[in-house]
Amino acid sequence: MVEVFRHDVIIVGGGGAGLRAAIAVAEADPSLSCAVVSKVYPMRSHTVSAEGGTAAVARDDDSLEMHGFDTVKGSDFLGDQDVIQYFVEQAPKELSQLERWGCPFSRNEDGTVATRAFGGMTTKRTWYAADKIGFHMLHTLFQTSMQFDSVVRYDEHFVTKLLVDGDQVRGVVALDIRTGNIKLILARAVIVTTGGGGKIFPFTTNGMIKTGDGMALAYRAGVPLKDMEFVQYHPTGLPGTGILITEATRGEGGHLKNSQDERFLVDYDYGVGNKAELGPRDMISRAIVQEIRAGRGIAGTYGQYVHLDLTHLGKEKLESRLPFVLELSRTYVGVDPVTERIPIRPVVHYMMGGIDTDITAGTQMPGLYAAGETACGSINGANRLGSNSLTECLVFGARAGEEAVQFIKGTDEGNAAAIQAQGEEEAARIDSLRGRQKGGEKISQIRRELNTTMEDGCGVYRMQDSMAATVREVASLRGRVSDLKLEDTSKVFNTELIAALELVNMVDVAEAVANSAVQRKESRGAHTCEDFPTRDDENFLYHTLCYFDPAGPRIEKKDVTLGTWVPEERKY
Amino acid sequence: MATKKTFVITRFDPDKDEVPKTQSYEIECQDDWKVLDAINFIKDEVDSSISHRWSCRMAVCGSCGMMVDGEPKLTCKTALSSYGDTVEIEPLANFPIVKDLVVELEGFMDKFQRVKPWIISAKDEAAKKAATTMKEGTNRQSSEELLEFKQFSMCINCMLCYSACPVVSNEPDFLGPAAIALGHRYNMDNRDDGAAERNEIFRDEGTVFSCSYANECSEVCPKGVDPAAAVNQAKFNAVIDWATGFVVERGGAK
Repeated sequence: MVEVFRHDVIIVGGGGAGLRAAIAVAEADPSLSCAVVSKVYPMRSHTVSAEGGTAAVARDDDSLEMHGFDTVKGSDFLGDQDVIQYFVEQAPKELSQLERWGCPFSRNEDGTVATRAFGGMTTKRTWYAADKIGFHMLHTLFQTSMQFDSVVRYDEHFVTKLLVDGDQVRGVVALDIRTGNIKLILARAVIVTTGGGGKIFPFTTNGMIKTGDGMALAYRAGVPLKDMEFVQYHPTGLPGTGILITEATRGEGGHLKNSQDERFLVDYDYGVGNKAELGPRDMISRAIVQEIRAGRGIAGTYGQYVHLDLTHLGKEKLESRLPFVLELSRTYVGVDPVTERIPIRPVVHYMMGGIDTDITAGTQMPGLYAAGETACGSINGANRLGSNSLTECLVFGARAGEEAVQFIKGTDEGNAAAIQAQGEEEAARIDSLRGRQKGGEKISQIRRELNTTMEDGCGVYRMQDSMAATVREVASLRGRVSDLKLEDTSKVFNTELIAALELVNMVDVAEAVANSAVQRKESRGAHTCEDFPTRDDENFLYHTLCYFDPAGPRIEKKDVTLGTWVPEERKY
Repeated sequence: MATKKTFVITRFDPDKDEVPKTQSYEIECQDDWKVLDAINFIKDEVDSSISHRWSCRMAVCGSCGMMVDGEPKLTCKTALSSYGDTVEIEPLANFPIVKDLVVELEGFMDKFQRVKPWIISAKDEAAKKAATTMKEGTNRQSSEELLEFKQFSMCINCMLCYSACPVVSNEPDFLGPAAIALGHRYNMDNRDDGAAERNEIFRDEGTVFSCSYANECSEVCPKGVDPAAAVNQAKFNAVIDWATGFVVERGGAK
């Protein structure tokens, strides 16, 4: 028998977007019970590792219009302009509130919040806390959420299924990792905030937990994933581990250099103009790959890399503005940025795509909302600007919470017997997977093959034939992942079982990425197709929707909402 | 270059085992590995039934604390090369074991919440909430005021300090280094007005005075938070607060 729990709103995921949503629900109506269900303790969520800052207009020389245009242009005109306008309007309010909740932002001399330059942004609008904004944002939100008695946490609970009845979401099935028991957690609205799925790639800044769980939950429930072909490579990851070295290093004046000691973004034409190192991430990642292809990379244990040079910034500035970069470089590559250049190479960082949402954070399924990296609203279009994503967590986390509170007023709880039956069926599925001896496939092997094919087909540069090969390979892995062999039969804290469930989610997300990529025969933002090197607005100015189908994914198109800004050539 | 090492890992399944046992694994380790890399290799390739927590592998999520050769370490930040041919990996000391290398955190989470780790303040909140710009919507805070508490806001909740603390093992009710440092962090923030409430918690139920100045917590902290300093400052403030009936002014102006 599965245990049943009831709440008014369920939030799946306890990172930046989820905690912001929880606070929004609690503030809107303290009589509502709001469950936060997360596979980790909330302070472990991957929001924690964001470094450089979070964007909102702050200075007198800035405007909402400028933030809006920068974001639209950064998106290669695929972002929805109504959603972007709402986003830039809400951004200063949300970040101000985060400040009032205690976030230790770095300060100007007059005591106002300091801002720094970031890639693709016209002026300094990135609020920062040295180089640990994600850590401070997450802890501030988590600690702030603790004052609300109406927020009930299910820490270390892994959600395996959305419960759907009458085409409406009714709750979730969750595996209590601590006990191994299955719980039915029911509510009239569910907000998915589980972040991205960078771990489908072999070389990523993402933590182990980023397996695209929420995207897969929605996908399997029939909700489309949008614009999944757009995967952001961050230009500066540490070779080997993929650990992120923040864009703030360049915001503070750092230079990228090749083996000839040239500032290649200045010395060669990569389309970033006088922005140089402060160009957008997609362009700079391509530039680094081109430098390596041209033989101007530096050979290392983990392949070719280029240099990030901070030595001219001086010890004092590095220690006050970029202390975490010093710690990471010294600890993980044995390099002291005060006197030495940091080896870096492009690394999978962020998914622009996600669960198809609108300006309300709502999905196509009544009662189901999504926010943060899991969602695709879309403000990021084909390429996200650095420091917009944390703000996005706040703006759309809050909106999702507020909308959910409104939604539940006008709806019932669905057919209890049907929901219970779905839960029992899911519980049986999980129980049969635990310690499944009869299978023939090993988790780490399937994961490795998935990683390899995703990098081969969906890397910085893509080709039609390699994408098509990845589509076929992922389809084959979908079959094999249903035949896993598991060793651990224990009920308590069985992380092998979790890894198996995560691997299935990763295959779902990889399927959406590869199938969305292969049909976009143009180059736009992070999707760079060598067979089709230019942007083609006539045929491809649309959002890709990818629907789950047991027979293979189905692709549909959705209009992009244009507005003030007419698509033009994207040059800096 | 690869080196052979043997890892002696604590194994415990509460449904099968009365007490924890150990299991040894000999593997080839790369020279640039952290301790966590070796555990992950064993989990992925040798024995998938081992349970441990980890995520960010960049020393900021705080998940992967374990005892390495008897000392509490953040395993993703600890170089394997500084250990010998045999390395003992145990769950963090001073916590109940859940399974293998996973410990029970619920007790800590309760303590964490007890220190009211949020801004307690009502200064112009309505006006600031209605504002649409940074200048009108935020508090002013000088860099000096920020420095008063910044260090204590850097805790990643990795629990190493609880494993090292000689008081935690004897007095289960002791709030402990990280929770006291967190409460103290808010007390020292010029945006907060909750010091009186927290000092009461420190004095009464939290047994802040149990701290014996061992300083072990600060020595094992992987983020340089110096919880021992926080505990001692918190003790002092809690006493003054009690003796004088009002909260000690911080260095900066309100």
